[in-house]
Amino acid sequence: MYAPEFDYYRAGSVSEAAGLLRKHPGAKLLAGGQSLIPLLKLRLAAPAAVIDIGRIRDLKGITVKDGTIRIGAMTTHAELAASAELAETCPVLAQAAAGIGDPAVRNRGTIGGNVAHADPASDLPTVLVALEARLMAEGPDGKRTLDAGGFFQGLMTTALKEHEILTAIEIPAHPKGQSSAYAKFAHPASRYAVIGVAAVITASGGKCSSARVAVGGMVPRPVRASSVERALTGQELSAESIAKAAAQVTENLGNEVLGDIFASEQYRRSVASVWVKRALTQAVGRAK
Amino acid sequence: MSTRVFGSGIRRREDPRLITGAATYTDDYTLPGMVHMVLLRSPHAHARIKRIDISRAKAAPGVVAAFTGSDIEGALNPMPCAWLVPNSNLKVAPYPCIAKDVVRYVGDIVAAVVAETPYQAADALDLITVDYQPLPAVIDPEKAKQPGAPQIHSGVENNVAFHWTVTGGDVDGAFKKADVIIKERIVQQRLIPNAMEPRSTLAHWSGASGELTLWNTTQNPHIARFLCSVVTGVPEDKLRVIATEVGGGFGSKIPAYPADFITVFCAKKLNRPVKWTESRRENFQGTTHGRDHVQDVELAATKDGKVLGVKATSYSGMGAYLSTAAPGIPTILHGLMLSGPYDIAAIKEDVYGIYSNGTPVEAYRGAGRPEATFILERMIDKLAAKLRMDPVDVRMKNFIPKFENGHTVPTGLSYDSGDYAGALKKLVEHVGYKDLRRQQAEDRKKGRYLGVGVSTYVEICGLGPSQVAGAVGFQGGLWESAIVRFHPTGKVNVFIGANPHGQGEETTFAQIVADEVGVDVNDVKIVHGDTQTTPMGWGTYGSRTTAVGGAALVMATRKIKEKAKVIAAHLLEAAVEDMDYKDGKFFVKGSPDKAKTIQDIALMANVAWNMPAGVEAGLEASSFYDPPNFTYPFGAHLAVVELDPETGQIDVRRYVAVDDCGPQINPVIVEGQVHGGVVQGIGQALWEGAVYDENGQLLTGSMLDYALPRADRLPDMEVLSTVTPSPHHPIGVKGIGEAGTIASTAAVYNAVIDALSPFGVETIRMPVTPERAFNAIQEAKAGRR
Repeated sequence: MYAPEFDYYRAGSVSEAAGLLRKHPGAKLLAGGQSLIPLLKLRLAAPAAVIDIGRIRDLKGITVKDGTIRIGAMTTHAELAASAELAETCPVLAQAAAGIGDPAVRNRGTIGGNVAHADPASDLPTVLVALEARLMAEGPDGKRTLDAGGFFQGLMTTALKEHEILTAIEIPAHPKGQSSAYAKFAHPASRYAVIGVAAVITASGGKCSSARVAVGGMVPRPVRASSVERALTGQELSAESIAKAAAQVTENLGNEVLGDIFASEQYRRSVASVWVKRALTQAVGRAK
Repeated sequence: MSTRVFGSGIRRREDPRLITGAATYTDDYTLPGMVHMVLLRSPHAHARIKRIDISRAKAAPGVVAAFTGSDIEGALNPMPCAWLVPNSNLKVAPYPCIAKDVVRYVGDIVAAVVAETPYQAADALDLITVDYQPLPAVIDPEKAKQPGAPQIHSGVENNVAFHWTVTGGDVDGAFKKADVIIKERIVQQRLIPNAMEPRSTLAHWSGASGELTLWNTTQNPHIARFLCSVVTGVPEDKLRVIATEVGGGFGSKIPAYPADFITVFCAKKLNRPVKWTESRRENFQGTTHGRDHVQDVELAATKDGKVLGVKATSYSGMGAYLSTAAPGIPTILHGLMLSGPYDIAAIKEDVYGIYSNGTPVEAYRGAGRPEATFILERMIDKLAAKLRMDPVDVRMKNFIPKFENGHTVPTGLSYDSGDYAGALKKLVEHVGYKDLRRQQAEDRKKGRYLGVGVSTYVEICGLGPSQVAGAVGFQGGLWESAIVRFHPTGKVNVFIGANPHGQGEETTFAQIVADEVGVDVNDVKIVHGDTQTTPMGWGTYGSRTTAVGGAALVMATRKIKEKAKVIAAHLLEAAVEDMDYKDGKFFVKGSPDKAKTIQDIALMANVAWNMPAGVEAGLEASSFYDPPNFTYPFGAHLAVVELDPETGQIDVRRYVAVDDCGPQINPVIVEGQVHGGVVQGIGQALWEGAVYDENGQLLTGSMLDYALPRADRLPDMEVLSTVTPSPHHPIGVKGIGEAGTIASTAAVYNAVIDALSPFGVETIRMPVTPERAFNAIQEAKAGRR
């Protein structure tokens, strides 16, 4: 468990980090280190340089303004989990962050590092897809905004270009009538999501006016469960209609369902709808 | 005036240094000129080494030396096996410290690199090229015994390392007259112990004096010294092993390991201190595993639930080589325990120890007894289900009646004392068993699936009489030692041969001394883990440290008291036979106001100004205690689990333990031992299991995939006890280190089957993962359709 040799740089600002990235081909950004450090120690990654962006002040913190939640990329999972503002305006994110790894991981790991790493078994990508979050990136060609829906492209692959740095995430705060929840079937060893489901429900007059459901863990990138969303929209939010809609999830999983020694592809397909149902039920239960 | 501390739950005195990070483990030591060793381990489960080239590694920056299997030939003897079970046709295959021609498991050592820093050594490791010719591999012990299976060692036909049998009573007769015969295949999966501290060795060789100091993560430093001497040739008198702080072992730090001796080899070659510390990944592959049995079991009974006989055939995986104590675990510590707490007239077990291409298997907390308990408790529950009887009633019907001084079972063991029905009765009353069953039935109607599981056990610990150790092939003794030394100020040092590594004897042993000689518990310090300062002892495992080492300690304190009485009589100008003693004070009978305290006597003995004629100076005594018998703790546990029928996930909702380890020196420490033990047993039932692929690759090779129990998946435990003293132990204590693990796997498994029973599920593989439970439900449903 000894990392190979690398040069370490600590960036004081995003532009400094961007400059270092250009100067050191193949360099890796170090955020909270919860994914990169193990990869280094296992010698599965051997970058010549590691650029630490974990102490850039501008990249930290949660602000809610004009119905938009802005989260700096270096905000830790523990900060997300403990945020009273998030609990109020976007409970699904706080809830998912609280279930990541263990306290040590949550105290170090950051939302930006997590999302940019794009591990399919990670919780936050699924949540951001359901929330239709916008991801802010800064690179050699300036700043741009990416939609969460198109950001996650596959196993450990994102739409970030070379030398681009994820700086912040913006999420619309829940308007009146909207509620959300995350249901997770956690791996007993790693705590990663074997199946993770994020649900964002808008209700009006007891009926579902809009539903956004994303499923992660069991597929190479989080997918929207559009069949579930369609089946639920316009329906009464009853246990029966939720279960019926949840059962549609298999339509959206395609041929890429993952399997491993703990949970086979077939098993994951068999129980996916249960976890969708649980996320939906909890979200509906949270509606005010 | 001291107050009695025996039985008081005082805080563990070892904890402040452990929980503040102030403890000094092997890896914390740095010596001047020290270099670091890393090991290249085989990526193949079975392969021929055609060529190995270390030249580029040797030339890498910072590298001091690199060695292969050829280099150690003649310098390091093969690894010894120290439990040569008799009448078993045991075949100890050669176990070289570094593989030279053939590698036999993923993790087998093929080369060592020593460099100025561990980073440089790790870099250089990548520069070694090995040309392997892969060979077919086999992991499952039953498959490894089949004709045509890959041959792992030449001359070991069908990979059978040994075949051992135990028979007691008329087995054929029992099965002939049975009304019912229950059969079950039981797989007790391979487990990976995962002590918190990885293994580590620091070897300091002094070329000038020919002396070796070895800091080593071991549960038994004196055995480590002995085996190190055997393998490296350094004489025992010039060999010091230090293991004062060891971060858990669970059996995996009993055996000697090749890595330890390669470290010594390098230190001698280079005349520099060499340190090696395994990574967690190396720990998964290279440190011993536990369990790994495939067993076919049959139980014969009458139609009213009286068990007549048990027979079993066991295929026990040994892994690629025989680890130090391995052959004794599935035989002596398992087969002889197949009567459990029950009156069973006829017992037979055939145990095949099988070589496979897995990591060597050793003792793992409970070592043989959890497996014996699992067999019996599983079969009793199956019998209850078959006869539609309550599992508690079947147990009550079959228990050996209460006894206080000896009961011999058909396997030949003589239990010391027991009240098995008493423990189960206490459990049943505490949980309100009938109400619990009623509640369960009501919940089921509402679609909530709770399962209730009971497990009762008797275990063998306090290992053991040395004569028996010899008779069963253990290549050592099993006595323990203690030296009690009073300083002039009345403070006491105790030196023990055993080596606690988390169990708390620094506290409990001080409690024993405090009461026996009447000093304050804070005036007693227990010293262990350094062969240079402590007397010979056989180590800490098998729940024996208090049962055997504690007895040695009591005997030594009694010698102290005898001597102190003679000195006191002299000082009080009285006859020895007129002396009385109470709470640390010696006085003439009837005159307690004119007393000499133990501290007064310690001072006089140390200055020796006025000693009785013929009495030596000093107040010190030692004892070497060889127990007359083993001790047999017992108990009854109950688990309540809940099945999520939609996903198959199982959660433990309640856990109740009633254990009887005799009188408790410190009930808080006893409870802690039960907690830890129970959790490891639950781990086997629900989460843990080594998984290999068909090529012998360990798929559960890290904490990402191997699920250790976590606090948030466990309920608060209810820990109760009964007290049945051991008749042969000077203070009646029996041992508690492994009890929890021995009982809990079966309790939880029985609860799981109980929860699954409405769906018609009768058996399921461990660990019971959500997928396994889910599939079992689907299959049972399909079968019924």
